[in-house]
Amino acid sequence: MLGYIIRRILYAIPILIGVNLITFALFFVVNTPDDMARMQLGIKYVTPEAIEKWKIERGYDKPLLFNQEAEKLGKLTDTIFFEKSVSMFVFDFGRADDGRDIALEIKSRMLPSLAIALPVFVLGLVVYITIALLMVFFRATYIDFWGVVFCVALMSISSLFYIIAGQFLVSKLWHWVPISGYGSGLDAAKFLLLPILIGVIGSVGSSTRWYRTIFLEEMNKEYVRTARAKGLSERIVLFKHVLRNAMIPILTGAVVVVPLLFLGSLLVESFFGIPGLGSYTIDAINSQDFAIVRAMVFLGSMLYIMGLILTDISYTLVDPRIRLA
Amino acid sequence: MEKLVTTSWLLILQVFFLSACGEYNWNNPYSAADAEKNILYNVFTERPKHLDPVQSYSSNEIQFTAQIYEPPLQYHYLKRPFALIPATAKELPVVKYFDKEGSQLPDDALATDIAHSVYEITIKPGIFFQPHPAFASNAQGDWLYHDLSEQELASVFKLSDFPQTGTRELLAEDYVYEIKRLAHPRVHSPIFGLMADYIVGLSDYAKVLKQIDQNQSDGKTYLDLRGYQLDGVQVVDRYTYRIKITGKYPQFIYWLAMPFFAPIPWEADYFYSQKGLIQKNITLDWYPVGTGPYMLTENDPNLRMVLEKNPNFHDEFYPAEGVPGDEENSLLIDSGKKLPFIDEIIFTREKESIPRWNKFLQGYYDATGIGSDSFDQAVQLVGQGEATVTEAMAEQGIRLETTVAVSTYYMGFNMLDPVVGGSNAQERESARKLRQAISIAVDYEEFISIFANGRGMPAQSPISPGIAGYREGKEGINPVVYEWMNDQPQRKSIQVAKALLAEAGYPNGIDQRTGAPLVLYFDVTARSSEDRSKLDWMRKQFQKLNIQLVVRSTDYNRFQDKIRKGNAQIFEWGWNADYPDAENFLFLLYGPQSKVRNSGENAANYDNTEYNQLFEQMKNMDDGPQRQLIIDRMVEVLRHDAPWLWGYHPKDYGLYHSWYQNIKPNRISNNNLKYLKIDAVLRAQKRRDWNEPVLWPIALLLVVLAISLFPAMAAFRRHESSTAVRSVSS
Repeated sequence: MLGYIIRRILYAIPILIGVNLITFALFFVVNTPDDMARMQLGIKYVTPEAIEKWKIERGYDKPLLFNQEAEKLGKLTDTIFFEKSVSMFVFDFGRADDGRDIALEIKSRMLPSLAIALPVFVLGLVVYITIALLMVFFRATYIDFWGVVFCVALMSISSLFYIIAGQFLVSKLWHWVPISGYGSGLDAAKFLLLPILIGVIGSVGSSTRWYRTIFLEEMNKEYVRTARAKGLSERIVLFKHVLRNAMIPILTGAVVVVPLLFLGSLLVESFFGIPGLGSYTIDAINSQDFAIVRAMVFLGSMLYIMGLILTDISYTLVDPRIRLA
Repeated sequence: MEKLVTTSWLLILQVFFLSACGEYNWNNPYSAADAEKNILYNVFTERPKHLDPVQSYSSNEIQFTAQIYEPPLQYHYLKRPFALIPATAKELPVVKYFDKEGSQLPDDALATDIAHSVYEITIKPGIFFQPHPAFASNAQGDWLYHDLSEQELASVFKLSDFPQTGTRELLAEDYVYEIKRLAHPRVHSPIFGLMADYIVGLSDYAKVLKQIDQNQSDGKTYLDLRGYQLDGVQVVDRYTYRIKITGKYPQFIYWLAMPFFAPIPWEADYFYSQKGLIQKNITLDWYPVGTGPYMLTENDPNLRMVLEKNPNFHDEFYPAEGVPGDEENSLLIDSGKKLPFIDEIIFTREKESIPRWNKFLQGYYDATGIGSDSFDQAVQLVGQGEATVTEAMAEQGIRLETTVAVSTYYMGFNMLDPVVGGSNAQERESARKLRQAISIAVDYEEFISIFANGRGMPAQSPISPGIAGYREGKEGINPVVYEWMNDQPQRKSIQVAKALLAEAGYPNGIDQRTGAPLVLYFDVTARSSEDRSKLDWMRKQFQKLNIQLVVRSTDYNRFQDKIRKGNAQIFEWGWNADYPDAENFLFLLYGPQSKVRNSGENAANYDNTEYNQLFEQMKNMDDGPQRQLIIDRMVEVLRHDAPWLWGYHPKDYGLYHSWYQNIKPNRISNNNLKYLKIDAVLRAQKRRDWNEPVLWPIALLLVVLAISLFPAMAAFRRHESSTAVRSVSS
């Protein structure tokens, strides 16, 4: 298995370079280094000299991808792309355009993101699977039918609606929790309850339908018939045998997102004033801070690859027939 | 699994009730212990980029720096028009003028004879910096934290991790040090370019510092500016310094009221230059050190920023006089009382308008602006269009304060464009009439009513109300666009505009040379649905003259690029004044400020010889009747040439709770938080009244759950027992 993991990590390197190149190209199609400088220096009284000075200080005065004036390897290395990309592979994300250390920012913002994403993920998994199993339990009845209709209805509603409606009902009308904000330690609980609840409810429709489909597929397998033939109750068949055998597709969807939980949610963090990585990324895009955008995309890609590797490993844990080599 | 779910819910509920325990209001976002404390709760939407006074310029930065740093001068809180008064200075500086030989000239000397102006500023003794680790020293006088080892740095993550602090008296050299920092090679002062034209030697000083910085041994981060003399700035004695300006620049005194000219102690610069601190984001750009009424004690720009009263703040008292109406508005009740009144100011980051608005209504923010989505809920127009709060707001004791901002939003014509600017004398005359016709056709009164909820004032010229040089009433109207009827300006009829259009060579919107319809291009950065409505409205305005307006929408970067290169034809822009002087608006149309030619601020690239000459004359004059005459003539030239549609001056609307006092909003002076006062006891009581938890939904939920549990269980059992039969049949 170790060999497999090492091989997958090595495969990740060209993928990360590719992602980095695409991010770089997309960013600089929209923004020039001059635009970045202007964004940082403000609108008033900005002189061409000040823009040039800003670019030189941050290394944005060089060619983007190919330096014709440099010699030999320098043609590739003495460029913005090379200089800004190489350091990231040793997790040196550098400084944002406002001078703050990006790694420190990521570290401090990771916890608030995780404080919402992790409970939403765990609680969501439990709720969605339970509802899906119940719908399968009552399959072909009016409960299943109306359950599906309800799920489709929930899927059709924008996540923004859940946020605004949740804030309106729970915070504004009923005064149960603060509308937005964040605190440290136990104090954070009152701020997190509503976003977690909305996070879970917001995905009930799509996730429940997804798991229901998986379970229904399992229901037609021979082992289910065997279990029933043994005289096991439908509850035991579903919650013990079907659930266990449906773990592979569940893990495919679930484990891959585990590392991405660190990156937070753009919309929820923004509306609830949670100082997480989602709002960090949005702020960086708005302020054209390439250093942060690049770091966050790199981190996201890396975590996604890590998620895929973890998924493969998790298969071996739930299905002894699978061997990674 | 069931056990796990139950335990999880119980845990969450337990945490919730524990955290809510002791608070009357469950939705209180603050600590219950702070309920009756003298704390002001404020909001910021955008995280500040810089808190170093030499760099920060945006309003979202100055709202912090202006409370912490003290430039030598400040604006009188109550007086209008705005008046400068001393802050740390003993008195307003008296400017002395000198000729080329260095001989002093009389105060009324001609600007052309003046080679240098000298501002001598004496600061009050006995002013001390806020407690700060940069000043901490041991009994022997050695600095405690100026050369931190890696071991010492290991336990430092924020400024408050330093156990010892110290202070020292404010000296003239601290002001001089900051002025030198304008030219520092590693900081980007937005006003360096401007000041390099005025402060003697500043430009050369920047070159010298750059050279020295490059020659410094690798890794050395501190550049000791005390060792390098700047010709134009000089320490006279412990409390006095001089600034030497090239020529005459009367507006320079306004800059002395901005944080760019606040003091920076060398100790702080040295302290923050340590590499270990920079690596931990502990820099002067993020942890200010000043002498002002407040000091930044918590700096989390992602969540909240906290200002606490500076224990070393010097004696300063609430103003004893204002303008008529201030007494009636209870703005003089605290006259003579020591400032500041509020102990702590908590700025919470709130990016979205809906939570911000609702928290204000719940009493968790003390004041708010009004977004377009909540305008109707908050404001109603009564009588002669006078704005007041709605009944619901009035019931909560919320009051509205309005003020016309010293800003202008305008629509500019690119004068380098052959159609709207003209390339020869005949074309220029034709283009002028075209611009005048459009000026009449675009109904800004309607625009303000529809798109700004009435929060604006149609502009008659670039100069904003409240600024010396602005004229009110009949003599202030733009005769090209308005006529004076029934004691108010009345926009001229569209027939007048059509006649002008015909004179311009476009009768009924048809180019008489080519016979083709006149098509104009409007460059915008519009994106939202509201923007689309505005653009539709704008097309209709041009349609009144049968002119086709083609909207070219682009992103802000491309838009700026077009403006810089002169590729736009018609565009929208705005300007917030830096200081209350007509020069700060009129320079936006000064020829040498052309955006295309000189990368200046004149985006329309307007260039009129007479106007330029008058501007040069006016900018060097002190306020007075003579200057007013010149401004009047300049405005007349502008109205005739119509390089802008003058647009409108926005009105700021702010809502304030009943416990919030001493409010007189304005956009020019930023250090106003020291004058504000709150009644924390009243606030706590109102919060309790407004935010009692509504419990019936919980009871209802429990009842519904209980009722549905029995049939659910029954259905489950029934279904489970019937499964085998159903399964076989299926």
